[in-house]
Amino acid sequence: MIRFFVRLFLLSLSIAIALPAMAQSDFEEVLSRNSKLIQKSSSKTVGPVLEELQNFGSNAAENFLYNWKDKALYFIKDTGQFVYVASFPVSADGKKSAVLRHVETGEALGEVLASTIKQVKPNSGVRAKIAAAMVPFQLASDDAELRAASLAALSRDFQSSHLLPLKKAIEVETLPDLKEQMKRAYIFGVIGYGRDNAEIETAIYSLEGDLSLDVRAALNPLLVSQVLVAKQLPEDVNLARIIIPEKTIKHDDGSAGRQSLMMSSEYELSLAASYDLMAAAGLAPPFITPDMRNKILIAATVDGRIAGIPVASLASEESRNQAYQALVDNGTAPPMVGEAERQKAVASAVFYAVYDNPSAEVTGAARTVLKSINVRVGIYKFLDLVLDGLSLASIYFLAAIGLAITFGVMRVINMAHGEFIMMGAYTGYVIQLFIPNYTLSIIVALPAAFIITFLAGVVMERLVIRHLYKRPLETLLATFGISIALQQIAKNIFGTQARPLTSPAWLDGAFVVNDILSISNIRIAIFCLGLLFLGLLVFVMKRTRFGLDTRAVTQNPAMAASMGINPDRINMLTFGFGSGIAGIAGVAIGLFSKVTSELGSDYIVQSFMTVVVGGVGNIWGTLAGAAMIGSLQKGIEWFNPSNTLAAQTYMIIFIILFIQFRPRGIIALKGRAAEE
Amino acid sequence: MERTIFTKFLFRNPSILIFLGVLSVVCIAVTILGEGFGIGIISTSFIKTLGKTLCLCMIAIAMDLVWGFCGILSLGHFAFFGLGGYMIGMWLMFARTKMIVMQASVNAALPLTPAEISDAVGIQIFGVVGGSDIPVIWSFADMFWAQIALVVLVPGLVAFVFGWLAFRSRVNGVYLSILTQAMTLALSLYLFQNDSGLRGNNGLSGLQNIPGLDDVPQSLLSISFFLASAFALAVVYIIATAVTKSKLGNIIEGIRDNEARVRFLGYNVESYKLFIFVMTAIIAAVAGALYYPQAGIINPAELAPIASIYLAVWVAIGGRGRVYGAVIGAAFVSLLSSYFTGGQAPDIPLGFGTIRWTEWWLVLLGFSFVLVTLYAPKGIGGLVDRLPRLGGR
Repeated sequence: MIRFFVRLFLLSLSIAIALPAMAQSDFEEVLSRNSKLIQKSSSKTVGPVLEELQNFGSNAAENFLYNWKDKALYFIKDTGQFVYVASFPVSADGKKSAVLRHVETGEALGEVLASTIKQVKPNSGVRAKIAAAMVPFQLASDDAELRAASLAALSRDFQSSHLLPLKKAIEVETLPDLKEQMKRAYIFGVIGYGRDNAEIETAIYSLEGDLSLDVRAALNPLLVSQVLVAKQLPEDVNLARIIIPEKTIKHDDGSAGRQSLMMSSEYELSLAASYDLMAAAGLAPPFITPDMRNKILIAATVDGRIAGIPVASLASEESRNQAYQALVDNGTAPPMVGEAERQKAVASAVFYAVYDNPSAEVTGAARTVLKSINVRVGIYKFLDLVLDGLSLASIYFLAAIGLAITFGVMRVINMAHGEFIMMGAYTGYVIQLFIPNYTLSIIVALPAAFIITFLAGVVMERLVIRHLYKRPLETLLATFGISIALQQIAKNIFGTQARPLTSPAWLDGAFVVNDILSISNIRIAIFCLGLLFLGLLVFVMKRTRFGLDTRAVTQNPAMAASMGINPDRINMLTFGFGSGIAGIAGVAIGLFSKVTSELGSDYIVQSFMTVVVGGVGNIWGTLAGAAMIGSLQKGIEWFNPSNTLAAQTYMIIFIILFIQFRPRGIIALKGRAAEE
Repeated sequence: MERTIFTKFLFRNPSILIFLGVLSVVCIAVTILGEGFGIGIISTSFIKTLGKTLCLCMIAIAMDLVWGFCGILSLGHFAFFGLGGYMIGMWLMFARTKMIVMQASVNAALPLTPAEISDAVGIQIFGVVGGSDIPVIWSFADMFWAQIALVVLVPGLVAFVFGWLAFRSRVNGVYLSILTQAMTLALSLYLFQNDSGLRGNNGLSGLQNIPGLDDVPQSLLSISFFLASAFALAVVYIIATAVTKSKLGNIIEGIRDNEARVRFLGYNVESYKLFIFVMTAIIAAVAGALYYPQAGIINPAELAPIASIYLAVWVAIGGRGRVYGAVIGAAFVSLLSSYFTGGQAPDIPLGFGTIRWTEWWLVLLGFSFVLVTLYAPKGIGGLVDRLPRLGGR
C-alpha cells in the first residue's frame, strides 16, 4: 500500500519535472548547454558562461546570477536541471524534502526529497567573477546605492563587456554625482578596453590636466614599448623611439632623450646589452662572455690540461683567451667575438622601441596629455616640496626657539636643552595617562609642560649655570653632564621603548589639495604654533618690562643692576622662560614623533646650528636659520629622494661653509651688542 | 750634546720620568699576569680593555693639548679617532678577506685572475650593503704601508681643511665647538649611508684577526697590542710634554688666555692653532688605529658627537692643562665606566627599590661631572698641586 503511494508520488513528480523540459525556453537551453560548467565551476572556465548569461539580459538571468553567487542554486542529481528551493520542510517521519521553484518563471515545481538535489557551491574566485558579471544588471537598478556599489565593483575589475551597459546607465542616470563618476569610469573603460581608436583618443584628451593618480595609471599602460633590433628601421610600426646604445635614455612616455646634468639617469642600452639583443634576434653570433668561456674551459679540462695548456697557468684573462683560442682552433668551441667586432656589429644595426599599442593616434594623444599633466605635476610637486621645507623649518624653529633665548640672548650653552624638549613630551604622555580625552589632555599638557620645564630651568640656573657665567665653555660641559643624567633618568623611569603621545582626532587628517599636494594637519598646527611663539617672543622681548630688563641685563649686567634691576632674578626667569618654551615644543614634537629618552638629543645639534646660522641674539635670525636649514634639507633631498642621510650630511657641510663666510649668521648683530 | 739636552729635558720634567716608570711597571705587571706570556691571571678580554684604555689615554692627551693648552674645545676629535680606525680597518678587512678568498680558490677548476679575486673580495665585503664593486677609496687597501700612511694623511687632511676654514674666518669659542660637533655629525651621518663605501652602519668587522697571523692566538695578539699601545702612549706623552714646555707651548697657552693680545704681539695665531689642531688630530687617528684592532669592530655610531663630548668629560675630570691629567682622567673614567656598565658592580638594595649600576651609572657620571666643573675645575690632577713639590724648577 505504502509502496504504491510512493510510486504514485514519484510518477507525479517525474511528470511535473518533465513537463517544462519538453517545451524548453531559450534560457533553459543556455543553462542545459552549460550545466556541467555551472555545476563544477572554476574561475578559469566560468567566463564564457557568464558572458552568455549576461548577454541574455533578462530578469531571469539576473536572478540566476544572484542566486548562484549566494549559493541558493540547486540542481536535480538525475536530470541536471537547475532549480531554486523555496523551503526545506521536514515531514513527520523526519525526512527532509525540498519545495522547488523554476529558475526562469519561478512557478512551483512540487516537492522532492532533499537528498535528490544538490547545491551549487561556487568558490570565492568564481563568486567574484559572477559579481562582475552582475554589474550591468545592477547599473540599471532603481536603487541608487546598488548602482554606486556596482560602479565601485566595476572600477575595480573592468571588463570590455561593461562598456555598453555603462554607457546606457550614464544616459539614464539622474544623480549628478553618480553620473560624473560613471562618466569617469567610462572614460577609463574606453582607454583600457575600447576598440574604436577615435573614441579612445577623445577619451584621452578629455583627461587633459587631470592630476589624479588613476589618470596616470590609466595612461601609462598605453605607452608600454618593446625594444627591438633590426638591420633597417621598419616603416609600418608605431615607433616609440630610436635607441642609440650608450647614448640615449628612456623617458617615462616611451620617447628617447639625452642625458642631462640635472637628472642622473643611466642610458638605456649598454653595448653588451645591445649586442645580446642582436644575438637573440639572430642578427649576430652569440658573444662569448668570460663566464661562458670559463665554463667551456672547465668542461674541456683533461688531466689538468686544456688543449695541452696547463690549467695552473690560466690566472689571467689573456692566458685564458689563448687557451680558448686553442679550443676554437681544435674546433671544439664556437669562435669568440672580439670587442671591435662587437662594436662594429652594434653600429650596423638599428635599435628601436615599438609601442604595444599599434595606433599612433592613441599613443600620440596619450603622450600629449601625459606631457601636459606632467608639467602640472611638476609644479605641484615643487609646491609640495616648498610645503615640506616649510613644515620642516617650523619643526626646527620650534625646537630651537627656546635655545634662541637661553643661547641667543643669554649666551648660555645649554646642552640639556634637548632634554627639556624630552621632558615636555613625557609630560604630555603622563597627562594622557590620566586624562583619556586627547583634546583636553593636550590643552592641559601645554601649560603643564611649560610649568615643569620652567621650574627645571630655574633650578638648573640657580644651582649650576649661575656659577659659570664667566666660563662659557664649562657651561657646555656641565650642562652636558646634566643632559646625560636626565636622559638616563628618563630611561630608568619610562624604559627604552617609545611611548605614544596621541594627537586628538581633529589633528589626524590631512589638508588635501589633490593627489600630489597635501599636508597633514599636525604640520599645519606646528606651523601655527611656531608663528604663535614667534609673535609671543617678539612681544615679550620688545614690549614688556620683563623683556626690557632681560635685554638690559644681557647687555650690561652691572649697569642694569645700578638701575635697580636684579640681574640674578632676571637671569633666572629668562632661563626658565626659554626652558619652558622648549617644554611646549616638546609636546608638539612628541605628537608626530615617538617619545623616547633620546628625543631631545636628536634635535640638539640641529637646534644649535639653527641659532648659529640665523645669527645669535636675534629671534628673527633663528626664524631665518630654521627656514634656511629646513628648505635646504628638503631641497637637497629632492635631488636624491631615497637618501635622507646624504641630504643631512650635505646640509651640514653647507652650513660649515656658510659660517666661513658669515661667521655671525644671517642676521648679524651690529654695534655694541656684537662685542664679545 | 743631543744627549745632554734630552737628559736636561727629562730632568726638568719629572712627570715624564714618573709617568714612564708607572707605565713600565703596569706593562711588566700585565705581561707577567696576562695569558699570552705570563701566568694567566688576567683574562685576554681584560687585557684588551686595558689596551683600549691606553689608546683612550692617547686621544685624551690630544684633547688636552687642543683644549687644555690651546683653548679650542673641539668636539670632533673622536671623528679623527674613528677615521684612523677606519683606515687601518680597511687594510685588515681587505687583506684578510683576500686571504680567505685565495684559500677557498685552491680547489677551483681554474686559478683566479686578478679581476676575479677583486670581485670575490668585493662580494665578501660589500655583499652586506648590496654591492660588489670595490669603491675607489679602497684602492690602497691591499697595501699595508699605504694604508698606514692614510691613517695619518686622511684625518690630518680633514683636520687641516676644516681648521684652515674655521680659524681663517675667526670662528672661536663656543661657535667653534658647535662647528666641530657639526663636522662630526656630518661625518657619522655620511658613514651611516650604505653607499658611503665603508659598509654603512655595519661598519668594518673582524678587525681582531690580523691577516697572516691566523695561527697566533688572541692572547698573544692582545698582549702585543697592549704593549704597542703603551709604547705609543709613552711616545705621545713625551711629544706632548715637549710641545707644551717649548716656546710653541708658551704661545699656544697665550692664545688660550688672550688670543687678541698674542695676535697683536705679531704672532700668526691662526697658524699656531692650525698646527695644534692638525697635530692632535693625527695623534687621535694613530690612537684609533691602535684601538680598533683591539675592539674588533668599528661602525659609524662610534663617531657620534656624543663620543667627543665624553672625551672632553674625561679630560676635564682628569684635569686640563696638564698632560698627566688627561691620562688620569681617561684611564679613571673609562675603567670605572666599564666596571659599572659591565654589570660587575654589586647592586645596592634600598628599601623602596634596588639601584642597578648599569642603569644609574650614567646618572652618577653626569652629576659628578657637574660637580667637578663647579667645584674642582682643575680635576683630579688638581690634587697634585697640594702635594709637596718634587724637585725644583
